[in-house]
Amino acid sequence: MKRRLFLKSAMASSAVATAVGAGLLTPNMVFASSEAFKATSDAASSAAAGAAEGTFKFKAPKIAENGAVVPVSVDATKLDGVSNISLLVQTNATPLSASFNFTGALGFVSTRIKMGKTSPVTAVVTSASGVSALTNEIKVTVGGCGG
Amino acid sequence: MGKIKLKPKARKGVIKVKAIVKHPMETGFRKDKKGEPIPANHIDNLTITHNGNKVVDADIGAAVSKDPYFQFQVAGAKGDEITLAYTDNNGGSGSMTAKSK
Repeated sequence: MKRRLFLKSAMASSAVATAVGAGLLTPNMVFASSEAFKATSDAASSAAAGAAEGTFKFKAPKIAENGAVVPVSVDATKLDGVSNISLLVQTNATPLSASFNFTGALGFVSTRIKMGKTSPVTAVVTSASGVSALTNEIKVTVGGCGG
Repeated sequence: MGKIKLKPKARKGVIKVKAIVKHPMETGFRKDKKGEPIPANHIDNLTITHNGNKVVDADIGAAVSKDPYFQFQVAGAKGDEITLAYTDNNGGSGSMTAKSK
């Protein structure tokens, strides 16, 4: 009886995950963005391209089971004068997920982002010592069992 | 738009601000059962204020997860007031204030 219940809920949750995955993340899915946001995204991508290697901590999973909810965190609290932390998902149509401007808070942010597919994800930190970046590759398994 | 759960907790001079904002964060490209695109509906700006001073001003895109979770850190102490306010691309907005524990 318990086993049946367990199997039932396991199947149900994986079915939901697949449905959610299929619904939210077809290949080349564009995330609708305003013109201003697209401009911010381009600027962030350029900054990342020229950035020095970051000395901050960028935590992200190696494999994300669900590309709709990928937890990432950036800890740049040891850097002075952190003014911005941006998160770029390189294969998303608009790579910028979010750009956090700090006007008093510590250089730390943790959030959950959407990824269309496996991609390098870059955290760009702007601080008193300039722009630095770290990239982690996050694999996205959309199709349930590692598909 | 939706409920905001805001939990600031002070420890050793740093307030860890954990927040969850209930929001669909629709990208604008999902389709409903009829094949009609569900319109974009996502947070576009979020601010954190500490004792009246704005300490975080974030541009948020549609690629942030549904019911987004955020964690920030601000130098501060128990009893300090933290306010989270957001606006979305449809003119919606919300805010919540909590005293740090």
